[in-house]
Amino acid sequence: MEDVGSIVAFWVLSVITVGAALMVVAVRNLIHAVLFLILSFIGVAGLYLTLSADFVAIAQILIYAGAISVLILFAVMLTPRAARDNAETFLQVPGLVLAALVAVTMGAIALVTDWSEATSGPMSETAEAIGEALLDKYVLPFEIASVVLLAAMVGAIVLVRED
Amino acid sequence: MVFLAEWWDLRDLGNAVGAFLEWLGDRGPDWLPYTASAIIGSIALLVFLLVSLLMVAWVERRLLGRIQARLGPNRVGPWGVFQSIADAIKMLTKEAITSANADRWVFWLAPILVAVPALMVFAVLPFNEGMVLADLNVGVLFLVAIGSVTVIPVFMAGWSSNNKFSMLGAMREVAMLISYEIPQVLALLGVVIFTNTMRLNGIVGWQDEHNTWLVFLQPLAILIYFIAGAVEINRTPTDLAEAESEIVAGYHTEYSGIKFGMFWVGEYFAGFAIAAIVATLYLGGWTLWGLEEWVPGWIIFLVKLYAVFWFFIWMRGTLPRLRIDQLMGFAWKFLLPLALINIFFAGLEVLLWQENDLAAEVVLPVFAIANLALAVGLIVAWAQLLGRGRPEWRPTRARLVKELGAVVYGQEG
Repeated sequence: MEDVGSIVAFWVLSVITVGAALMVVAVRNLIHAVLFLILSFIGVAGLYLTLSADFVAIAQILIYAGAISVLILFAVMLTPRAARDNAETFLQVPGLVLAALVAVTMGAIALVTDWSEATSGPMSETAEAIGEALLDKYVLPFEIASVVLLAAMVGAIVLVRED
Repeated sequence: MVFLAEWWDLRDLGNAVGAFLEWLGDRGPDWLPYTASAIIGSIALLVFLLVSLLMVAWVERRLLGRIQARLGPNRVGPWGVFQSIADAIKMLTKEAITSANADRWVFWLAPILVAVPALMVFAVLPFNEGMVLADLNVGVLFLVAIGSVTVIPVFMAGWSSNNKFSMLGAMREVAMLISYEIPQVLALLGVVIFTNTMRLNGIVGWQDEHNTWLVFLQPLAILIYFIAGAVEINRTPTDLAEAESEIVAGYHTEYSGIKFGMFWVGEYFAGFAIAAIVATLYLGGWTLWGLEEWVPGWIIFLVKLYAVFWFFIWMRGTLPRLRIDQLMGFAWKFLLPLALINIFFAGLEVLLWQENDLAAEVVLPVFAIANLALAVGLIVAWAQLLGRGRPEWRPTRARLVKELGAVVYGQEG
């Protein structure tokens, strides 16, 4: 993180990510909130790129910006009048207090922890290493996850079948 | 970065750019070559895409005219070659109306974003060995990721217009894209299994090294990818998101002037992107069995790109529009199982090849023949399976929907 480029990139991406995340909470229109959420996801993907985690960055765009946000968009679309008439909620003050507590805790952890600096430098290729780990060392969790997803898919189909 | 030869070797324009960047790196600060290469590459891609757009739009209209036994544009310049320029001027000068109840910000942002994913695809595509803006080692995954975010501008346009036809078009587009994304990704996986790399230049290099194109080894995969790509770029026969006989103009019903023009441009750019991906992954990219030694590789690549795009134009002129339920059923019932079976056989073949240490010259022709037989057999068998019992369902005369036993909404039970 010595060179100018990655420092500038870090700050720009951080401002985008955090700013968009704040807007998600602040805007009244749910569709706008989802769009800001997508921007925030893309900012996080950019942060992964500055850490030379290319596979994770692209998976972030593919899964979060491409799939999950579309799912949320569908959910919002199927909710009547989601875009307007979103009034004040009585949970505003408790929510703010909780958010402040979480922020203080995480900030304290970040400041107190004795971080060890990475010495090996940037990795060149992560996709191959991740692939090998998934299909070699962690093959059982990988397969279990796929079975769980399959069960969820079958369950969804069973739930919506009419007969 | 690898540079082939001296900067004046214009068979690969990457040489000249690379030499310039090295010269810049010697004199300026470290960040200067990176910035310069990004700017040069982006401008070059934009110029290439806009010139292609003007040219292909004219070719398409002439060709469609020929297919439909009419003249096509023939008034502006010789054979109407300046028609695209006249159209561009028309679009720029027309009024861009924003309807009163539209969500202004999103309405304004959608046409700006709509061409961005297609432009980003071109950043990783190799025009020649050194002519690639970003040679990502996860290139194929990048293409998939970019393909998955193309729905967002369309959705923004459809929603912000505050018009039920726009909304219907956007919902259709989203449903189509997330359905066809799955067979598309599975088709790409067949390529990655064979080439053992996700770097696009590596895939082209693999095809060059084995003197073959992946279209021979993966005939089923290219078919699936081509169909899914045709759905993704939203042209007839799969332009259900803007089907003018059903939902006015779909998600860009409310757009006019240059805002509509941006959707039109984005559609063409997406078409070029799909054509370029097909040319790179399945048709050998910038290689042509040794011809790239004599002819610039980027010309070979462009010829392949336009040839694939020509197929899209041909399809548009020939096939009628599909119905939305037919299109969705086709993705889930036909393309998805076939793509899964294709991957299984691709993996099996590569495993046999690697484990037994067979010679590529012997194995690849056998695989090519086996896969072609598999593709033909599977398509015929699966079509038979899906079509079984179909004729009895077809009504012989006009009937009420209720008589057919379907659910009539509002009168269930």
